[in-house]
Amino acid sequence: MNGERIVGSAVPRKEGREKVTGQARYVDDMVLPDMLYGATVRSQIPRGRIEQIEFGPGIAWGEFVIVSAKDIPGKNCIALIGDDQPCLASEFVNHPEEPVLLLAHRDRYALRKAVEAVSIECESFPAIFTIEESERCSEIVWGSDNVFKTYCIDKGDIDEVWSKAAYIVEGEYRTGAQEQLYIENNGMIASYDAAEGITVWGSLQCPYYVHKALMVLCSLPAEKVRVVQMETGGAFGGKEEYPSMIAAHAALLAIKSGKPVKMVYDRAEDMAATTKRHPSRTRHRTAVSAEGKILGGEIEFTIDGGAYATLSSVVLSRGLIHAGGPYYWPSVRIHGKAVATNAPPHGAFRGFGAPQSLFAMERHMDRIARVVGLLPIEIRRRNFLKPGEMTTTEQVIRELIDLEKLLERALSLSDYHAKRERFASENRTGTTRRGIGIAAFLHGAGFTGAGERYLSSVVGVEGCSDGGIRVLVSSTEFGQGTKTVLCQIAAEALGLRYEDITIAQPDTMQVPNSGPTVASRTVMVVGKLVESAARGIQQTLRAVGLIGDSYSADEFRAACRSYIGEHGQLRSWAQYEPPPGIFWDDQKYRGEAYAAYSWAVYIAEVSVDMTTYSVSVKDFVALQEVGQVLHPVLAIGQIAGGAAQGIGFALYEKVIWRKGRMQNNQMTNYIMPTSSDLPPIRVFFEELGNVHGAFGAKGIGELPMDGPAPAILNAVEHALGVPFDSIPLLPEDIFEGMTARPSESESVLAGAAR
Amino acid sequence: MMPLSENHADSGVSFTVNGEHKRVRAFPMERLLDVLRERLGLTGAKEGCGEGECGSCSVLMNGALVNSCLVPVLQAEGASIVTIEGLAPGAQLHALQAAFLECGGAQCGICTPGMILAAAHLLSKKPDPTLEEIREGLSGNLCRCTGYVQIFEAVARAARRAEIASSS
Repeated sequence: MNGERIVGSAVPRKEGREKVTGQARYVDDMVLPDMLYGATVRSQIPRGRIEQIEFGPGIAWGEFVIVSAKDIPGKNCIALIGDDQPCLASEFVNHPEEPVLLLAHRDRYALRKAVEAVSIECESFPAIFTIEESERCSEIVWGSDNVFKTYCIDKGDIDEVWSKAAYIVEGEYRTGAQEQLYIENNGMIASYDAAEGITVWGSLQCPYYVHKALMVLCSLPAEKVRVVQMETGGAFGGKEEYPSMIAAHAALLAIKSGKPVKMVYDRAEDMAATTKRHPSRTRHRTAVSAEGKILGGEIEFTIDGGAYATLSSVVLSRGLIHAGGPYYWPSVRIHGKAVATNAPPHGAFRGFGAPQSLFAMERHMDRIARVVGLLPIEIRRRNFLKPGEMTTTEQVIRELIDLEKLLERALSLSDYHAKRERFASENRTGTTRRGIGIAAFLHGAGFTGAGERYLSSVVGVEGCSDGGIRVLVSSTEFGQGTKTVLCQIAAEALGLRYEDITIAQPDTMQVPNSGPTVASRTVMVVGKLVESAARGIQQTLRAVGLIGDSYSADEFRAACRSYIGEHGQLRSWAQYEPPPGIFWDDQKYRGEAYAAYSWAVYIAEVSVDMTTYSVSVKDFVALQEVGQVLHPVLAIGQIAGGAAQGIGFALYEKVIWRKGRMQNNQMTNYIMPTSSDLPPIRVFFEELGNVHGAFGAKGIGELPMDGPAPAILNAVEHALGVPFDSIPLLPEDIFEGMTARPSESESVLAGAAR
Repeated sequence: MMPLSENHADSGVSFTVNGEHKRVRAFPMERLLDVLRERLGLTGAKEGCGEGECGSCSVLMNGALVNSCLVPVLQAEGASIVTIEGLAPGAQLHALQAAFLECGGAQCGICTPGMILAAAHLLSKKPDPTLEEIREGLSGNLCRCTGYVQIFEAVARAARRAEIASSS
């Protein structure tokens, strides 16, 4: 065994060389012989009944493969948690991007013209587009009350706190839809053979989600459906569920035509039709003591799920559990509700509900601070959760997290106190206003509650004929470094070199179901299983005496080769088992919501131009505790990239809706941050020992999405003395806020310069 | 874009790609991106937006950085084109490729070919760029993964190495 630790070092990314040389193969780089291109004809209206489909003149329709709902061999749905979303609308349409018809042709240009020549004539029904319209129930567009799911968390006796409160602080906070905007659009290739069944290759996060959806759609047994992940050019949650839809469409065209079919969306279709972050509304009503301690509160968290249930119930659940932030609530009642509208279904996006509810919590903390007359940092200090205390779901914090210490370090890294003092004097003159704001937050790693138990993930590790080791997981690489970190874990567990380990490309014919690549679970949960499976290999080789207690990498490889020579194969499997003593009540939403939390304090410094009201972030400190950092370069990359998306969420990225349809579905007018828009994002870690994940790691991927938006809006309030409670916050919104309430702005400004 | 019709078919366009002379049959208004990817098998250039916003289809044409999704192939007549496949001859990585690998400049990899070519273009104009010049120089290439921090580090590192190499 060599002495250096592989875990914790910046080994080169496994697939890095292919990526920097342009050799990495994404789905659009793949061409199969005799391949057709596929395209989707969509509803165009938000809600109605399909009356007739017209095929316009001037098109040689005989050359086209045409698929409608009638061609579906199995059940017409995209099976996920429920099965309410059709693969192709047959009678009713419920949003303007609903797929109705599929076309395929060998010529892409002919295909585009043909799509335009189809007209779907519908009887139009009234439609609804906002949370409020959905709640009003003047139109019922889903179920009996437009509600996909409700949850309630109830802790302590909330009804008795109001009379004891020195202050009751109320606020309402909103967040908009956000497009994941991976640079590689969604795409799939499908091929069909009566003997082999369906094979799809594509850009995706969750091979076994696609696998399940295709089995149900095509009525095929598991072994007749094969899903292969190609190199995936960014996902961020946006390739969690929608790939099942595209795979389904490509598969139907392949079955009908008997030829391979490629469906790759262009940017406009991808932005308009695929999922986005759920728009949200959060209402807080909080009882606070004279000293600024939270006594209790009510939180109402509502998200717009779009036209079908898809993942909304789980997004709601995560948002709800994070709604109380990293604070101690003696009592609290949190209502959550996901409602239906006639927009395309909203879905997974990094953070999964938590960025929405934490935005509200962290803006609300600044509001409480203002009402009580304390500084934003002081109100947080007085309410931080401490080890031994219980979260809103009555989970006892066992991690030795010290949020006050984390806060102190972030304040010093950002030069917070000196800057506040300086801005107070500088803001009296000049054409810009500076401000600095904080957000403190937490993010639970892995599936919520009993989720990991239901998933019951499996991973494999096998010896190869050259003596190397190969990791078998369905966890996908899409930028985060899945392949690299899982190989590091296997190498560390076996005492081998990083170069001795390879990892299989996710292919359902070759890898077991290690669960979806979501929820910041890969390193913590799957990594731990890789560690156990690797140790299984070691035990096998020891049991037959091929290796001793210590060995060199070359001795191990020789042992591996000779075992395979004698027994044919060397494999070890590990399956998830819940840690002992975990309690979760799915009905009451009480118990251990997550096996571990990551914790963070982010500090944003902004400058507001008083002529144009544009906000720029000048400095950004991201300090977090994520357990042990397994790869320093990848970890910084996760945080900086997530923080950049959070800055976009706060200040740039606005989806313009018209009748349920995205109007600005282009990179030209949906603006994500460029390299010249972003501040230096300065990333720091605290590393505490943690027993949960592989080699002490917890989740990291989603955390950085939660903090930037509230930190930035808190900084804007500090700069301008005017509170803004909705994002995205564009210059026109600031203009409106500043001009609508001049008297209030001035009086708060005087207070803010304290 | 001009409608494609039979009359325009079969026009030949000649240019040099990664040092090799190529003659391809293509419609004159066909996008250079499609010609590179589909007719020449150079799939390193990617389509991200198809409208010149994201820069993932960037290639060097006569030393200039262009969005190949906006270049009709007839404009490439006689040009010298460099794609990511031609940046480093042989198995050795280009200094920028190595630096991207070490610094975490590539995550999902889809913007990487365009980003590295944009960086190569920047360094050809400004061998020792300031951070501000790197930020500006790469602002036509979007990356959704990194927040750009590690890309800046990679470009600075490659520039530093080139400087050391040229001064020794």
